[in-house]
Amino acid sequence: MPDFLLEIGCEEIPARMLDDAREELSRRVKDLIVREALVLEEGLVIESFSTPRRLSTVVRKIASTQADTTEQVLGPSVKIAYKDGKPTPAAEAFAKKVGLDVSKLEKVSNPKGEYLAATITRKGRGAVDVLSEFLPKEIASIYWPKSMYWRPGKTERFVRPIRWIVAVLGGQVVPVEFAGIKAGETTHGHRILAHGPLKVSDAAQYTVLLEGASVIADSKVREHRIRKALDAETRSVSGARWREDADLLQTVVNLTEWPSVVLGSFDRQFLSLPEEVLVTVMRDHQKYFAVEDASGKLAPHFLAVLNMDADADGLIRHGNERVLRARFNDARFFWDTDQKLPLVGRVEMLRAVTFQKDLGSYFAKAERLVHLSGELSPILDSVGRKVDHAAVAEAARLAKTDLTTELVKEFTELQGIVGGLYATAQKHSQAVADAIYDQYRPESMDDAIPRTLEGALLSIADKADTIAGMFAMGLVPSGSKDPFALRRQANGIVRTVAGHKLPLKISMLMGQALKGYAGGDAIKKFSQQGEAYAKAIQGFFRERLEFFLREQGLAYDVVNAALAAGDDDIVDVVARAHAVAAVRPSADFESISTSFKRMKNILLQASETKKRVADPYDPASLKEEAEKNLAAQAPEVASLVKSLGAKKEYENALREISRLRPPIDAFFDKVMVMVEEEDLRATRLGLLQMLVNDFSSIADFSEIVTEKK
Amino acid sequence: MPKSTAPTLQELILRLQQFWAARGCVLQQPYDIEVGAGTMSPETFLRVLGPQPYRVAYVQPSRRPADGRYGDNPNRLYKHMQLQVILKPPPENVQELYLESLAAVGIDLRKHDLKFEEDNWESPTLGAWGIGWQVMLDGLEVTQFTYFQQCGGIDLDPISAELTYGLERLTAFLQDVDSIYEIAWVRDAEGQSVSYNTVRHQDELQLSVYNFEFADVQKAWKHLELYEAECQALLDRYQALSSDKNAGEAEKKRFPLLGAYDLCLKCSHLFNILDARGAISVTERVGVIARIRQLAVGLAKAYVAQQTVADQKGQVA
Repeated sequence: MPDFLLEIGCEEIPARMLDDAREELSRRVKDLIVREALVLEEGLVIESFSTPRRLSTVVRKIASTQADTTEQVLGPSVKIAYKDGKPTPAAEAFAKKVGLDVSKLEKVSNPKGEYLAATITRKGRGAVDVLSEFLPKEIASIYWPKSMYWRPGKTERFVRPIRWIVAVLGGQVVPVEFAGIKAGETTHGHRILAHGPLKVSDAAQYTVLLEGASVIADSKVREHRIRKALDAETRSVSGARWREDADLLQTVVNLTEWPSVVLGSFDRQFLSLPEEVLVTVMRDHQKYFAVEDASGKLAPHFLAVLNMDADADGLIRHGNERVLRARFNDARFFWDTDQKLPLVGRVEMLRAVTFQKDLGSYFAKAERLVHLSGELSPILDSVGRKVDHAAVAEAARLAKTDLTTELVKEFTELQGIVGGLYATAQKHSQAVADAIYDQYRPESMDDAIPRTLEGALLSIADKADTIAGMFAMGLVPSGSKDPFALRRQANGIVRTVAGHKLPLKISMLMGQALKGYAGGDAIKKFSQQGEAYAKAIQGFFRERLEFFLREQGLAYDVVNAALAAGDDDIVDVVARAHAVAAVRPSADFESISTSFKRMKNILLQASETKKRVADPYDPASLKEEAEKNLAAQAPEVASLVKSLGAKKEYENALREISRLRPPIDAFFDKVMVMVEEEDLRATRLGLLQMLVNDFSSIADFSEIVTEKK
Repeated sequence: MPKSTAPTLQELILRLQQFWAARGCVLQQPYDIEVGAGTMSPETFLRVLGPQPYRVAYVQPSRRPADGRYGDNPNRLYKHMQLQVILKPPPENVQELYLESLAAVGIDLRKHDLKFEEDNWESPTLGAWGIGWQVMLDGLEVTQFTYFQQCGGIDLDPISAELTYGLERLTAFLQDVDSIYEIAWVRDAEGQSVSYNTVRHQDELQLSVYNFEFADVQKAWKHLELYEAECQALLDRYQALSSDKNAGEAEKKRFPLLGAYDLCLKCSHLFNILDARGAISVTERVGVIARIRQLAVGLAKAYVAQQTVADQKGQVA
């Protein structure tokens, strides 16, 4: 019951790809062992490890050989196999195929008759044999977002060149070969700190062995060590704390084999630069953790995570401080230079900045944004929301001007933010500055939406303009392909509209956004306008709404029911979906849903068989007590539901609809709809049609998944 | 004051050249036409094509007009120097060789923090891309390490490793100075040094002025069109020649594709000047890049074909 170790030694694997690759390799090894029946009864214990230079999987105790298996193979029927008691060529051929003498063949009966059969025993293969056959394919199949080839004349790809492979099973090398590398039992420690190659004789000792060579194979352990070291280094500054940053932590965990931390400092005078700029330089460009003082303000220190044991001479700290000083000096130089030309003076410069190659410049985009946001803000007025129209227009005009600044050219991730900071410095109103600052929000699922209505309008207009242009050119996201992040931008619109409860319908918004391109050059490249555009937009946003509602924890059938009753008004869909979710657990609602499904099915059947539906129907033509009753109660409930719906009191409205349960149940108990008598049938169908029409404006109940009765 | 124990700029160059010469590299001289990066020198762009192994190292002054800062910015230059190493094909220990080269210029890696961080390189204008890292030394990017995968739109076989050392920043790091202009370029026996400022400041200032203020936009466009037309005409003629059954091998072999490549480099530099002048509109930009790319890709294809012609005679070095 040996242990197995596979280690792929590779030139530095990109930090962002390491975790996925480690998990994939271990899953592949596990699947292989299961598939090839090498699992012992006590189950599998798998550990996976990764450093920038290795991906490893250790499997504790696998079977050293597969169990022998026996299998019965069916041959020709006995009738064909024997003639006059002697085996025919068919019997001989079968015997040859299974490798047995004809005399060793058995006879079995099944419903079709009597057949020849052979019991074959397959000897289980040794684990070494199995692993060496299948592992190369598993290694080759690991998915990489970007891979390369490196051997002359060879086509195998991997993320970076593989330099060694260790494959050991119970102290024995498994002869695996991939990319010209024959597996052995030799691994390598830390690039600088280790003393020469190492022999791995025992998989169980793998991590201990590597630790002796200054490599911590387990990324969780590295993370723990880095956290401890960050704490320890920060302690030397009184009252200070390092800023938690999950993404950065994961990055440095995956950039190091033997991490340690140094605390560095920078000149206080740099603290006069905006914190956003300083943190971006430290985090995104230098992979440093920021340090804050007791009040939460940025402190003039940083923490660098090293792939080294120590910094005895302080050279590393000194070097990092020097680099940061240069970066901060640059930032300040850019800040000062940029101030010489205010944002207002940069509008014309946008003519030379490409928005998208076929959609023209940012100058043209800014003009469209002024126009589109100007169309949107009166709509907010109409429902009594106070918007500073002048601020929206000014923010839209200046929104993209920061793309011409040195600071944004250097730190592109600060686009918008820099514009907002400059707007403040240049004495624009707070509303203008905030709107510019927030225009790209939300940039991710976790990011906040714009804080102000002005910012929300600008952000929505910007995203709608991009989506409209792209869709009109037919550049619609499909599958995993979404190079312009249109889904993220649409998610942003949905979240912002919902968050600020804005009365902006998708069809109106996207229709206006498309109109903004009229009269420009881009329109020549448009392949999708009118109905096709509207349809594509509707489908696209419907998916985004679905995603948004599901993210809020709503069940998919609730989401479908709400969307089926209308998917244009985001705020309304959200309210309706939550109302449905609230009443969904009640027994009445469940029953009503079942009934509506039944009504829809009957109506569908009627339409398929071309049966007439009386519209409007004449209640006087109804015969049974139960249907008369339903017909009498429904209009009253319908008008109540309508007035509640108009007040957006959807939950109350749905509870009203539930009150129809007794008459509806009685109807289905007592009344047969599809009767022979044409007039009566048409009347009853008319009644059902009326119910479906009147009670589907909040949600399509037939979408609700009910228990089968 | 620069650290007096650290190598001067020219000592750094000499040590790196000596190191790579000892590993079989041809020591080339800088290419004598303006380029934006060492990659554009034919010693890289053309040599990485085709099957012949090659190793070369050279310093390449690289001009990027838009990066000019009138000599005011301590970290940014209009023209910086790269030491470019091409190893075709890359030996298996190419990373270790690189680390040895750092040791050779006096960096004790046990006292520093070194990381290979993902950084892939792409030049749409050259139809070239590669995969690799930026090498970070104590938080400073000192080298771009790239495994070329494609060049001139052609899949490479074998691939090449390209090591690009940023000479000014590496020297500033070693000498521990905060401004490139403080770098000691050379030091005499008495310890007197000549600074980078003395050698290069005027150049940075005046070329920034030229590129941003004086370069004649109309004429630059005209030059660009002339060079482009001549380059394209040569390519067309080679095209005709290569499909001409009566054309002899010698005639094909002597055809001046290298001359055409020089013209292509001129186009690229003129484009950069026009860009720095803000003279290229959005719509023009995409178009001009595509035109230059078309020349580069056409040249790469023609060059590979021409090498094959010569190969059959066994006359290629």
